Amino acid sequence: MTDNPSLLAAEHIGKSFIGMKALDDVSFDVRAGEIHALLGENGAGKSTLIKVLTGVYRPDAGVIKLDGQAVNVRDTQHAQKLGIGTVYQEVNLLPNMSVADNLFIGRQPMRFGFTDRRLMEKRSREILAQYDLDLDVTSDLSRYSVAVQQLVAIARAVDMSGRILILDEPTASLDSHETEILFAILRQLKARGLGIVFITHFLDQVYEICDRVTVLRNGKLAGSATTEVLPKIELVSLMLGRTLAVATHNVRRARPAPKVRQFSFKGLGRSRSIAPFDLDIGQGEVIGMAGLLGSGRTETARLLFGIDAADKGQASIEGKPVHIRTPREAVALGFGLCPEDRKSDGIIGDLSVRENISLALQAQRGWFNRLSRREQIALADKFVRALDIRTTDIEKPVKLLSGGNQQKVILARWLATSPRFLILDEPTRGIDVGAHAEIIALINQLCDDGMALLVISSEIDEIVAYSTRVVVLRDRVHRGELSGDDITTSNIMQMIAADPEGATA
Amino acid sequence: MISMKRILLASTIAMAFAGTASAADLTVGFSQIGSESGWRAAETSVSKIEAKKRGVELKIADAQQKQENQIKAIRGFVAQGVDAIFIAPVVATGWDTVLAEAKEAKIPVILLDRTIETTNDGLYLTAVTSDTVHEGKVAGEWLAKTVAGKDCKVVELQGTVGSSPAINRKKGFEQGIASASNIKIVRSQTGDFTRSKGKEVMEGFLKAENGGKNICALYAHNDDMAVGAIQAIKEAGLKPGKDILVVSVDAVPDIFKAMSEGEANATVELTPNMAGPAFDALKAFKDSGKAPAKWIQTESKLYTQADDPKKVYEEKKGLGY
Amino acid sequence: MNRLSKAALTKAAPQLLSLALILFLNYLAFPGFFEIRLQDGRLFGSLIDVLNRGAPVIILAIGMTTVIASRGVDLSVGAVMAVSGALAATMTVAGYPVPVVILAALGTGLLCGLWNGILVAYFDLQPIVATLILMVAGRGIAQLITEGSIVTFNEPGLIFFGTGSFAGIPMPILIAAFLLFVAITVVRRTALGLLIESIGINRSASSYAGLNSKLLLLVIYSFCGFCAALAGIIIAADIRGADANNAGLWLELDAILAVVIGGTSLFGGRFSILMSALGAIIIQAMNTGILLSGFPPEYNLILKALVIIVILLAQSFSSLGGWAFLKAEFRSKGAKR
Repeated sequence: MTDNPSLLAAEHIGKSFIGMKALDDVSFDVRAGEIHALLGENGAGKSTLIKVLTGVYRPDAGVIKLDGQAVNVRDTQHAQKLGIGTVYQEVNLLPNMSVADNLFIGRQPMRFGFTDRRLMEKRSREILAQYDLDLDVTSDLSRYSVAVQQLVAIARAVDMSGRILILDEPTASLDSHETEILFAILRQLKARGLGIVFITHFLDQVYEICDRVTVLRNGKLAGSATTEVLPKIELVSLMLGRTLAVATHNVRRARPAPKVRQFSFKGLGRSRSIAPFDLDIGQGEVIGMAGLLGSGRTETARLLFGIDAADKGQASIEGKPVHIRTPREAVALGFGLCPEDRKSDGIIGDLSVRENISLALQAQRGWFNRLSRREQIALADKFVRALDIRTTDIEKPVKLLSGGNQQKVILARWLATSPRFLILDEPTRGIDVGAHAEIIALINQLCDDGMALLVISSEIDEIVAYSTRVVVLRDRVHRGELSGDDITTSNIMQMIAADPEGATA
Repeated sequence: MISMKRILLASTIAMAFAGTASAADLTVGFSQIGSESGWRAAETSVSKIEAKKRGVELKIADAQQKQENQIKAIRGFVAQGVDAIFIAPVVATGWDTVLAEAKEAKIPVILLDRTIETTNDGLYLTAVTSDTVHEGKVAGEWLAKTVAGKDCKVVELQGTVGSSPAINRKKGFEQGIASASNIKIVRSQTGDFTRSKGKEVMEGFLKAENGGKNICALYAHNDDMAVGAIQAIKEAGLKPGKDILVVSVDAVPDIFKAMSEGEANATVELTPNMAGPAFDALKAFKDSGKAPAKWIQTESKLYTQADDPKKVYEEKKGLGY
Repeated sequence: MNRLSKAALTKAAPQLLSLALILFLNYLAFPGFFEIRLQDGRLFGSLIDVLNRGAPVIILAIGMTTVIASRGVDLSVGAVMAVSGALAATMTVAGYPVPVVILAALGTGLLCGLWNGILVAYFDLQPIVATLILMVAGRGIAQLITEGSIVTFNEPGLIFFGTGSFAGIPMPILIAAFLLFVAITVVRRTALGLLIESIGINRSASSYAGLNSKLLLLVIYSFCGFCAALAGIIIAADIRGADANNAGLWLELDAILAVVIGGTSLFGGRFSILMSALGAIIIQAMNTGILLSGFPPEYNLILKALVIIVILLAQSFSSLGGWAFLKAEFRSKGAKR
């Protein structure tokens, strides 16, 4: 099938936004009768490429060819006309309209100036029958599961466009059974000669269903190959941009395992978010959490900190069972969390550095036990010095600080509460090299001081450098744990890439 | 099927007899706007009293400020075959169709309190309304007679800007004092027909006119504003009714209380009794078959402190103002 | 501290200048504007009127400031005023003692606010929608209580809240000043001020930091309802009657405007209750000035709109650093000469 000529090809595409290169000389093509996986971490350029292919953006450089002919995709409607249909991650259907309405909205069959409902419903049933879906097309779409809604969206896209189907993380909110149904349909469409672009974070799914894979990294083409000849470990290194041969610059510090592990989580899990897992952590220990984006790392952190309520499992501290249903309860137990998305979940932009640092301690002390201005200044001064936060003034709004300094402010906010267990989700993302090293040094120091830390990071070198133990996640399951001398970059990468059958629990 | 029809027929007859048995000569349907103000509530209760007085069966439908509800009610009355329909129309336009239906059914329609815009006058029998210009004129004439040639500076509390009673009551008052060159309106502001705005605006008038010493009289477009203004006058250390004469329109109970305490001087009644004259016109029409005039103007009665305000207060109190 | 108060003064400059300008225009329109005398043991004068008539909106603005700072808005305050006034009047006529009446009316306001708070905090309704419900329903409830008429009462104890005075100062002014003092003290001497600003700027991040943002929103909306009820009692006591149709009508907009003039952003965050009160005084000074000016009433709304536009433009000019720019421009021109 790989001998088929390419149906849709993007050649040497470049696209910049206000000086930032989102796509740089990227080529990509999809052939009739193949499923082509498009992979890359967030910000790698996947969605920009899709938007160029579907006419949302105009490329600055390069050409798009359909059946070998250069085309100028004017907008999404034009793309549909050309045969390119897209189903986005957030299904953009109308849940409170009927299934038939959703299939035909904007192109209802008309009769005497009115929608011909009977014809529309008849055709809807015919369309869905192709997918072995037997739905009541007159009832509201919201009555059906997300998976069915996803299939309706696909059916609509195929019916409208019919040649190329682009699926943006279609399996993100599906369980394994639903994913199987979806895959059966994709295979059927592939057999019908459609070209399918499949965007996902799940490596196992890439190997299960895709013929070829293309990886983007930082807006550039990292590599492209048929899945048959590409070992999974190589795919992982393409995505992470690191080959096994590269030496790590961070020196690993050996650290004895703690005698007792005070914080214990047994069988904690939440459906559609993260499979049940066990986790024990003691004071004076850093657990590194590795895995690709979407592997369930942040979901784990959210569960531990009470942002999402666990629907299974039990947490206990020093053997006593505890309930963590809200961040408030977690904070009261001495937990802290520096979130992944600093801007929306971390900083209070308009408040000053002083106020941001005081916030968690103040919340813990209660409404009426105010930290005086003088106490706040003392606290802020102390941490500005201790963490070397670069700001002209502690009264400066925190949004005016650089990313690294904002991260330090959030760290300071938690350190001010003297936490026993601190969770850091991507603490070094998007910050400059200097601040990066400082934060790693800080993690080591906090651990030496007897804190329990859980650090989530995409930087495997970094995890190797400071972790006492490493937990590896893949496809929303805790796949395994490494400790002691087993903690090496290559071991971690192999574990990320391991086949599901071969994975050790 | 037949038996069903028979039952229906029997029940209709029974109902018809029941109607006669209740001794009502006439059944009248009244589509009332709602109960948005005390005056409106009083109109409803006075209508009931007037109907009872005449042995008329009155069916009242509350439209809750919506024309569509009024149209529904009118159709209902037509279906029930009432002898006449009274309407207090919530808006001026859009009545032609439903009134034509009533005419088709030979049911006379009388408009109460407000009129409508229509190309065909024949759609209604008559309209019973007050003349708001006349009300203002009565108030103005009373003031002219009372001050009798002495110089008099008047402050005016207008109703809501642009509303027809505000425009007309201002116009009428100016007509009433037109011949008396000794009377001048020195200040005129809107008090939005409300008590609290009446008080606030009067406070401003008092300050602006030398603590109120320059003001000889207050004319308010409704009693509520006058009641508020009276409090402002008292708080400024003056005696309402003596230092500053107070004349207003509407004749709600609270102004009679003020009059009985000597704090207000006169009010012109906007009578809530629109139904009474309407019943009389209807009866005359039914008896003689001669259509009444297209417009029946209600009396704009002047009440002063000499009219035993205490007694009027007691009478009016129970009407739901 | 000195540096702080100077900074605060600079920040308040547009509002203070606006107020001074409006008062000066009032003086031009009516030379006796600043005269104050004692009348029946009570201060009497246009300036007193400004504060006295402005008191209900000041009280509303105090509550509204905390709501807006939390990135919300409360459209129901006018209707809540009508409800509390209606309840106070009807209960008084029914013979309940004044303390019971006051507590019941204030309690009702708290409950109304609590209702809004529950909709916003727990049902995640947008504040404008959540409070719109009570804005519409509240006035209906008030009309049900008064049965559509103005309920007049003569209970001196209740009337005292509207027209009484203490040491010559009218009660509404005293009540507003007291509430202003208490609110500022509570907000700034406890952590509430910081926490309200925090959830107003970024509710998600605040929750991550362990703030109980839902409970805080409940308290804020309840407080706003309490303020509205208090203002409702004052207005009813002032005219010795509860007018369900008109009491507090459109005052929610005046309260929001006062907060905006005071410089608190509708997008939440930094707030100043004192500045909102100043905003309310500016609005009332303008209203009183229009009444004194003798312009025909048809011009009232246009005049009001013009003044507000000028104030808000001056404010945004100032917050963009306009004054400093002008100053620098002026200096450089002077230097060139």
